[in-house]
Amino acid sequence: MSNRLKRLFAQKPKGLLSVYFTAGFPNLNDTETIILELEKNGVDLLEIGMPFSDPLADGPTIQASSTVALKNGMTIPKLFEQLQDIRQKTQIPLVLMGYLNPVMQYGVERFCQKAAEVGVDGIILPDLPLQQYVEEYKELFEKYNLSKIFLITPQTPEARIREIDSLSNGFIYMVSSASTTGKTVGLAEQSQAYFQRVSEMKLQNPGVIGFGIHDKDTFEAACTHASGAIIGSAFVKALHREGSLPENIKSFIQSIKN
Amino acid sequence: MSYHVNEKGFYGKFGGAYIPEMLYPNVEELRQNYLRIIQEPDFQQELQALLKDYVGRPSPLYFAPRLSEKYNTKVYLKREDLNHTGAHKINNTIGQVLLAKRLGKKRIIAETGAGQHGVATATVCALMGLECIVYMGEVDIERQAPNVARMKMLGAQVVAATSGSKTLKDATNEAIRDWINNPEDTYYIIGSVVGPHPYPDMVARFQAVISEEIRVQLLEKEGTELPTYVVACVGGGSNAAGAFYHYLDEPEVQLVAVEAAGKGIHSGESAATSILGKDGIIHGSRTLLMQTEDGQITEPYSISAGLDYPGVGPLHAHLFESGRARFENATDEEALQAVLELTRLEGIIPALESAHALAVLERLQAKPDDIVVINLSGRGDKDLSTYLKHFHFDEQ
Ligand SMILES: Cc1ncc(COP(=O)(O)O)c(C=O)c1O
Repeated sequence: MSNRLKRLFAQKPKGLLSVYFTAGFPNLNDTETIILELEKNGVDLLEIGMPFSDPLADGPTIQASSTVALKNGMTIPKLFEQLQDIRQKTQIPLVLMGYLNPVMQYGVERFCQKAAEVGVDGIILPDLPLQQYVEEYKELFEKYNLSKIFLITPQTPEARIREIDSLSNGFIYMVSSASTTGKTVGLAEQSQAYFQRVSEMKLQNPGVIGFGIHDKDTFEAACTHASGAIIGSAFVKALHREGSLPENIKSFIQSIKN
Repeated sequence: MSYHVNEKGFYGKFGGAYIPEMLYPNVEELRQNYLRIIQEPDFQQELQALLKDYVGRPSPLYFAPRLSEKYNTKVYLKREDLNHTGAHKINNTIGQVLLAKRLGKKRIIAETGAGQHGVATATVCALMGLECIVYMGEVDIERQAPNVARMKMLGAQVVAATSGSKTLKDATNEAIRDWINNPEDTYYIIGSVVGPHPYPDMVARFQAVISEEIRVQLLEKEGTELPTYVVACVGGGSNAAGAFYHYLDEPEVQLVAVEAAGKGIHSGESAATSILGKDGIIHGSRTLLMQTEDGQITEPYSISAGLDYPGVGPLHAHLFESGRARFENATDEEALQAVLELTRLEGIIPALESAHALAVLERLQAKPDDIVVINLSGRGDKDLSTYLKHFHFDEQ
């Protein structure tokens, strides 16, 4: 596991706030501002979305932000260029999240190497299956000391959760309910039972809950069952509001934390 | 070399199941059960009875005398256009709906391009009394209006896909998202040999009835089961997979896959994936797909909604890379000419998709004794407004 992720979960095993945003949205060169403002407002961990034309696991909000980001000219090389000096400015753990095809075209090894070089700590590729990861890519991720973060859902069988836990080295992304991103139905009772079930499994990796976390209540509810929670669509929506980027980020994060 | 799927779900390096974890339980349930269920005697009995009495199989293998004369070779048409609902698509939807029932699913979803798969799905759902939701690109809803009306009449809900190019690729994205959001009661009937394993193999098996019949019918008519050429159009590739299936391991049979060149291969408005595509991941499968240098999937173009797809099934990617199949293509214009030619020479109005296969007859340079089997995947009713406009029959 990367030291930054390890340190974070050691120092703050509970109540950790993680935020997702789409790189290149609302404007191409907002990446650094968003990272630094989120950190300044007390966010613990960041997922930087690499936009894809066909984001299958995402709902309308992240689809729309991805479309805008691509129109703005966001690409993987561009993102690495923007992150080149980020470690001189912040030590907040950074995780890149995206779909496999753009990473494949960039070259998986080149991608890992570059990610490590700019100081990225972990990678989430929801459509890279476990088996393919083990057979083709695990060594690369380990060589570059990148944490590979997998998703589990309420439907994931226990044996598979154990397998995922044994292959993970950062945290486990617990998808709150069977859904694409951005559904704001709240955390259903079934979800609570699932969180409970996973918590009782005493996994070696900490769990962070995501999908559907959109306000203070859902954040706090999620935090009672896991090390922390991830807010994505609700944050991306907040960036749409009138006002400057720093203002929007500050007021949104305060609405979650206070 | 094997042209069949291996135990891990791959054709050569293509195929697999590149899906988010949210889809894993559904796809895994299918993977573990599809072969067993398909092979059960009572499944086969129900399937065969429906194919015979409901779909109207076997579809005729028709010797086309005037087309044969014109091209100075022996041309046979495999008449999938005569199936109930007007295309090959129903071979697959009957099979999958029977499977869905045995898996205890109550709600059926599908994507559709030309609307033929949507109609075939809505039809079997009416037959089985199942709820049916069909995702269709907004652009396709407009250009295939008769099929939208048929789906609604059959009781299906047609949902417009409004993202991206608003065509088949986007309808498929929406169907996959629906499945993610409804993981327990819903079955996704994919309409072509695309998507994560086991779909490409399963759909190919249900379409394989096409070549199974061709072998029997050709033996009767020509004294051989093996034609010189089998020609089929390729969108995702299901009718081609069905027409090729029982010939994959007969190297003397030339397999010809015809893609849509749109306004020309290098016009920027094309759907000829084997030429314009690169190795990548689309809709859960590793295959050839049209994409930018950065790996963003590009928007294809073809006049024919059923061929307007930026990928091909992994079997076809493998047939292309291994050289087992010859890949040809036809432009919008060539396909339209082929429509008129078949209509006037044989009295058969083909679907725009199928016309792409007809359009390469000349290019084959077949000899007089050669046997050319063209898979006539569908009928042209759904395309009449396009034909009227293009040929100006509406002004006469
Ligand atoms: C008549 C007809 N032929 C061919 C196709 C293309 O699909 P496939 O390549 O899966 O056969 C379609 C798709 O809608 C169709 O309606």
